[in-house]
Formats: sequence, C-alpha cells, structure tokens
Amino acid sequence: MFEAVAFYLFAFLTISMFYIAVTTSQALYAISSLAAGMIFISAFFFILGADFLGAIQIVVYSGAVMALYAFGMMFFDTTRDVKEKHGNKVIVIGLSIISAVLIVLIVGAPIVGSNIEALYPITEGAGNTQEVGMVLFTKYLVPFEVAAVMLLVAMISGIVLAGKKMDLSLTLMNEQEILKMREEDKTKKVLS
Amino acid sequence: METAYLIETVIKIVAILLIFSALAGIGTYFERKVLAFMQRRLGPVYVGPFGLLQVAADGIKLFTKEDIVPTNVVGRIFKIAPVITAATAFMAAAAIPFLPSFTLFGYEVHPIVADINIGILYILGIMGVGLYGPLLAGMASANKFSLLSAARGAAVFISYEVITGLSLLAPIMMVGSLSLIDFNEYQAGGITDWIVWSQPVAFILFWIAAFAETGRTPFHLIANDHEIIDGFGTEYSGMRWGLFFIGEYANMFFISFVLALIFLGGYGDGSFLGALGLLVKAAFFFFFFLWTRAAWPDVRPDQLMWLCWKVLMPIAVINILVTAIVMM
Repeated sequence: MFEAVAFYLFAFLTISMFYIAVTTSQALYAISSLAAGMIFISAFFFILGADFLGAIQIVVYSGAVMALYAFGMMFFDTTRDVKEKHGNKVIVIGLSIISAVLIVLIVGAPIVGSNIEALYPITEGAGNTQEVGMVLFTKYLVPFEVAAVMLLVAMISGIVLAGKKMDLSLTLMNEQEILKMREEDKTKKVLS
Repeated sequence: METAYLIETVIKIVAILLIFSALAGIGTYFERKVLAFMQRRLGPVYVGPFGLLQVAADGIKLFTKEDIVPTNVVGRIFKIAPVITAATAFMAAAAIPFLPSFTLFGYEVHPIVADINIGILYILGIMGVGLYGPLLAGMASANKFSLLSAARGAAVFISYEVITGLSLLAPIMMVGSLSLIDFNEYQAGGITDWIVWSQPVAFILFWIAAFAETGRTPFHLIANDHEIIDGFGTEYSGMRWGLFFIGEYANMFFISFVLALIFLGGYGDGSFLGALGLLVKAAFFFFFFLWTRAAWPDVRPDQLMWLCWKVLMPIAVINILVTAIVMM
C-alpha cells in the first residue's frame, strides 16, 4: 500500500517538476524544478529496493545541476524572464510528440519483443552495493573502463582549455605587473 | 506489524525534529557563551538566569518579525530556499543512529529512522542537496552581494564534496559497508578498534571538509563576514532567515554525530556508557566548531580552492591508494 502511495506521489511530483522545467520562461524556475525532478526520480530507485542507485542519482544529479546554476549565473540575470522565440507551434508540438513516441518504441520494443529477463539474478547475502560492483567489474568491465578513459580525456582537455595562465597568480602580482599583462593580452588579441 | 512500524517511525521523526530544532536554538546560546568566554566577554546575561532565556527571546523575535519579501526577487524560489536548507538537514538525519537500540516497556526501539544499507552515501548526498538552499537564496534575492555569496557557495560545495567522498572511501573500503550501524559494529571492540587509529589521514580530511560542508568559520565564505552583510541571507527576515539558521546548526549536530560514528567508535558495544560516549563525542565535535570560530580567521576563496584541489585532494587519493595496497 505504502509503495503504491509513494509511487503515485513521486510520479506526480516528478512529472509536474519536469513540466515546469519545460514550460516556464524563468531560468531559475526551470533549473530548480529540473533539480527537484532529478532528485524525486531517486525515490523510484528507493521504492524498487535499489538504494545504492537512488543515492547515486541524488549525488550525481545534484552536483550536475549545480554546474547548470553556475552557467545560469554567468550567462543571464536569472531574476528576469527569458524572452523565448516561439516559432511555428504546430511543428514544435508535433515533432516533440513524434520523438516521445519514437523513444518509447525504441526502448519498449525489445522488452516486449524478446521478453528480456534479468541475466544476473540476485546473489544471496550480497547487498545492493556489492551487486552493482560485481556486475560492473565482471560483465561490464570493458564499457566501465572505456567510460573512465573518456572521462579522463574530458578532464585533461578541460584543464588544458581552462589552464592557460595557471602559473600566474593575481594575488602575488603587483599592480604594474597586472596592468602590463593586460596590455600584452590586448595586443595579442589585435594581432590574432 | 505495519501499523506499529508506521507509528514508531512517525514518533521517531517527530522526536528528531523537535529535539534538534530545540538543540539548534540552544546551540546558538552555547556558541555565544563559548565565544564570549574565549574572547573575555560575558555573552548573553540579561534574559533569565545566565542569559538562558535568550534562546526564547530570539525565538519570539524570529517568529513575530514581519516577513518581508522584497520586490524584484523571484518569489517562489526566494520563499522555498530556506525550507530546502532546513528540510534537507533533517532528511539527512534519517540514516543516523543517534543511540544504540534499547528496550522501552518491552518494545525494542532502534533510534534510527531508516537503516538503509547505504547510510553514508545517503547522508552525504542529502547534505549536498542542502547547499541548494544558500545557492537559490542568493540567486533569487536580486542582490549583488547575495549573488556573489551564492557563487562562492556553489564553488566551495562542489569542491569539498570531492574531499568528503574521497576521504570516506578509505574507511568504507576497510569496513566493506556503507551503513553507519555496520561502521559501529566494526569498532565495537573498544578504543583500540576505532577507525581513527588506522585512518588518521581520512579523519583529518573529513573533519576539514565538514567545516566546508556546514559552512563554518574557516570556510565561512558563503555568508562572507567581510562584506559586513550576511551573504545569501541579506534579503531575508524573520523566520525565513531563522530556517537557514536552524538548518546550519542541525547540520553541525548531524555531522558531529557522523564524525563520531565513523571514526571514533560511535556508541561502542551499545551499553549505557557507550551511548553516553557517543553523545560526549558528538558534543566535543560541536564544541570544536565553536572553538575554531573563536580561534581562526576566514580564509580567502582562492586559498580555499588551493587547499581543496592542490593539498587535500592529492592527500585523499594517496590515502586511498595506500589503504588499498595495505589491504591487498
């Protein structure tokens, strides 16, 4: 009984949060309801007994949406409404419905077609976390490692892009040095 | 069975809410008194004996003060931000065992709301969500200083989440579980079994990160005192501001319990003395928060980032590697 109540409650909450995220023209509302929706999704993992995935969902998405806030802070005045361009509404609505149906078909067809069963039944005496670890380091080891390498590449390229003047510290430089550096930057921009 | 469980859970939740909201108030009294003692002042003395009723006076002020929502703020977000801080602080408490289980009128009580087997991860995750409170408050306030404080808050929390996670990984590897009760069982043998002896580095790192997570003084950047104003809380008045306050103090209490449970043996074997020990340890960590506030100035934001990424994170990673090698 509790499970049903919790499921319908969180289903309603999640859908309404994502609805707000899509329809509002206020950036803060959109990002906040996105974050709330992401966190409410974790409730489904908890209801299904996948505690570990639920907690990971909270940790990962709260951090990820936090980065979105940082971008929002940089690019907009988040207290003002964003003026959105609305093109042809019929085309927008039609295309979104078609893509939603397509996604449901793509994900749902194999499940209906070949009666997918759980290949890795629950090991007796192992907890949730251990289960994830076992599957991750046996069957899915290669995708796991590939993902790790991809993240490493992204991290290194991020550092290279952001770290152009990392050896300089504005706190340790005096006024003249800072001004001189700015002048040099200006001339460089003109030349390039 | 189901009804009994439901009633028990509701009672536990209400008890935790009431006790820790009250403790947050009393915590402010202790903070003032301790700071005053360390700075050779008197602290609150006028209201009641030893100024004890100052808490009640503050409560009356916060509850009855006019609730102002300034123009130009993003109304709903502005209103919900303090609730997020307070609510997530108490949500995190769901996975903390505050006392060993005891028998009351022939009914065994477990003083933990939900013993999920990923307790630590849940607590850290929810405490991470708690920082949405200051962030949203700062961004919705339509105030430049609030926005700056929100930006600092986001930067601090994103960085120090890494330290808490990495520093806890080594003890988790040793215990082989994420439940705080399992942590306690692992250290039940007495003082020599405490994880702090085998993982001193992780202990210090987590302790430092706890200051950043709760936004306490050496890392009190989210509400930067040097700007004279209260950072993200500038535009708030009355109980909305009070909710931030309750959230911050509740977080301090909860992280003190977590520190004591993970590294200092928790409630030990579950005897009365052990339970008392847990409370004493948590109280010490809470006192240490106040002590640090009296003793240390705030660090600059760039120093904070330097400390996080160039000092603490490498140490945490090396600590994990060493632990893994020793365990193999």
